Amino acid sequence: MAKDTETALDAQPGGDSPLEIREDEHGTRRAFLKLAGAAAAATAAVAATGCGSTAPTTEEFLRQHYKKLSAEEKQRIFARIEEETKARTGVTTHISDPPPLDGVEYAYALNLSVCNGSRRCVEACARENNLPDDPEIRYIRVFEMEAGSLEFEEATPYYAHENLPAKDKYYMPVQCHQCDNPPCVKACPVQATWKEPDGIVVVDYSWCIGCRFCVVACPYFARRFNWVQPDIPPDRINPNQGYLSNRPRFKGVVEKCTFCLHRTRKGRLPACLEACPTGARKFGNLNDPNSEIRKIIETKRVFVLKEDLATLPRFYYFFA
Amino acid sequence: MIASLYRFGIDAVRSVTRGSRAYFLWLAFLVGWIALGVVAYVHQLHVGLAATNMLDQIPWGAYIANFTYLVGMAAAAVMLVIPAYIYDDHELHEVVVLGELLAVAVLTMCLMFVMVDIGRPDRFWHLIPVLGRFNWPISMLSWDVIVLNGYLVLNAYITGYLIFTKYRGQRPDRKKYVPFVFLAIVWAISIHTVTAFLYSGMGARPHWNAAILAPRFLASAFAAGPSLMIIALSIIRDKMGYPVKDKALNRLRQIVAVTMLINLFFFFSEIFTELYSFKHHAASMRYLLFGLDGHYKLVPYIWSAIALDAFSALVFITPRLYKNWNVLRVACGAAVVGVWVEKGMGLVIPGFVPSPLGEVIDYTPSFTEFCVSAAVWAAGALIYTLLLKAAVPIELGKVRLPGAPALSPEDYHQGHGRDEHADVGHSPAPEAAE
Repeated sequence: MAKDTETALDAQPGGDSPLEIREDEHGTRRAFLKLAGAAAAATAAVAATGCGSTAPTTEEFLRQHYKKLSAEEKQRIFARIEEETKARTGVTTHISDPPPLDGVEYAYALNLSVCNGSRRCVEACARENNLPDDPEIRYIRVFEMEAGSLEFEEATPYYAHENLPAKDKYYMPVQCHQCDNPPCVKACPVQATWKEPDGIVVVDYSWCIGCRFCVVACPYFARRFNWVQPDIPPDRINPNQGYLSNRPRFKGVVEKCTFCLHRTRKGRLPACLEACPTGARKFGNLNDPNSEIRKIIETKRVFVLKEDLATLPRFYYFFA
Repeated sequence: MIASLYRFGIDAVRSVTRGSRAYFLWLAFLVGWIALGVVAYVHQLHVGLAATNMLDQIPWGAYIANFTYLVGMAAAAVMLVIPAYIYDDHELHEVVVLGELLAVAVLTMCLMFVMVDIGRPDRFWHLIPVLGRFNWPISMLSWDVIVLNGYLVLNAYITGYLIFTKYRGQRPDRKKYVPFVFLAIVWAISIHTVTAFLYSGMGARPHWNAAILAPRFLASAFAAGPSLMIIALSIIRDKMGYPVKDKALNRLRQIVAVTMLINLFFFFSEIFTELYSFKHHAASMRYLLFGLDGHYKLVPYIWSAIALDAFSALVFITPRLYKNWNVLRVACGAAVVGVWVEKGMGLVIPGFVPSPLGEVIDYTPSFTEFCVSAAVWAAGALIYTLLLKAAVPIELGKVRLPGAPALSPEDYHQGHGRDEHADVGHSPAPEAAE
């Protein structure tokens, strides 16, 4: 690519330079057309070498929105993605698309009194959801907060010391709050992101145009954009994949936490919860009066972040 | 009709492919920038938007900042249209088509800036109503798609109709275009209002989440747009021999004097409200004006913008200064640049700093962003140059359908007005004052 760039630039100071003064108008015009032609040829050459590897296939280009796909089309697409992953990495994956469960609405609660800032949840999430390390994409950010303060501007997500938890600090993990009134969904111009009946906000990675208006709209900094093609070492790939959650993504689209819907809709717990060494994380069905999450919300002094924005998060914090 | 349309096309191509050495050097200059930008854009497609300096904390940068500014420039064409059509200002009527052509070129730039910004340009068709899956009326971006493309079509139709009838030596039929002109007036206001609503509707971003934003957008656009028109019209008069009257330029100068003062007033009101009351709500404003936590990147930008705006306002209201054409042109340039910085580095970027979770991160455009942005500007200049090169000889009556009667701009534009009275007394002598 650099070579082609040089060709484009070299075209200018050549024999028929447009900068060379000509007596007649016609000569200037011809030189101009030559320059234009050289520029067009150079760009075509660059385009041919530069884009070939990442250009979408016709099938991908014409693929319809998730909600318009029939069951057979979905199966065909899943099989194709599995084949592509196999060809690219040698790993056999399985893509499922578990539907939302009837009568289930998920909620999450986090006990800030016991969270010790270990960030095991962050790493477990990254492994579960096939998040790349370079450049790093993480759905959960853990903030080291000043004791007695809820000000994020006085907090940092970049703490790197041993001996956690540190004195006079507490730790506030933040991930997608799966808002009941999600500003990101309102922002999307093409309905590439929506709220499912169980409350999980999902993204159709094959429909997102990458405008990042949802990233701008999110008050919780929960959405991540693929600034480059994400690359995961084959031995790190989680083969249990959901079409709307942790299947392979590509550059130029937005992604986010999905409460591990490929697990939770099959009755398992989110990876971040399983990894938590202190039991700070609680997850369950809000509609089940006997669930632990329901008990916490009914009996603890829970709060949500940025309540004044009326986003109605399904992610509650409490001290207990 | 079809035959004359064909001749019209041939003559337009003939006009744009003939010109002086300066004309072709100008085109070569623009094409050079475009070629550089295409190379940079292909690089960006190849590596992804990581080629820019944007990141999750700063999800929009130079592209959307330029887009936002240019929507205002396109809207500002109404500052020619309103006096010409509502107040029957004959001097502006003669140049109104040049302003509408500028709107066409600028809107094309807006669409290009959106295309270079999106992560998956191959999926642009998802934005097309019916074909894609349009989130209308909830998403403000879907409104923006409608109003921008609608405004482009309206202006392309109005200018195309007027220039083509002129080419055929006919007077335009008021019924066929005046209703669209009035629609375009409302539409122009709407494009910049909707673009402001993209920002002011964001509860997550307190810096934008203010009712003053749309009025501020319009005031600044109606200052920068007519300023650019003054510069463009004086160049068109000097280089292409189009009879632009001093009175027309002076009318624009009067408009800018008012809008720039209103713009500065709105900005001052916003600064006061932010800084006097809320501590956290005002973090972005403090970052912008004074720096925050050791980050000062935007401080020089915003104070330069305020200085440029204030300087231009001073010139626009001081007769001794604005009567000197050179000073006036410098002031117009200051207004164009001042508002550009104020909207881009001064409004879009600080909305992201601090991030919703309190991170303070600086942003300046990368080299790729610079090249691509410069290329879009060059493409806009190229489009406007070519449109003018084709349209001006027709407007001057030099190029017309064989056998069509020649009409001077003055003769012709009387047909636009409501009354047919002869508008005598156009003296070519410069008259700076009214």
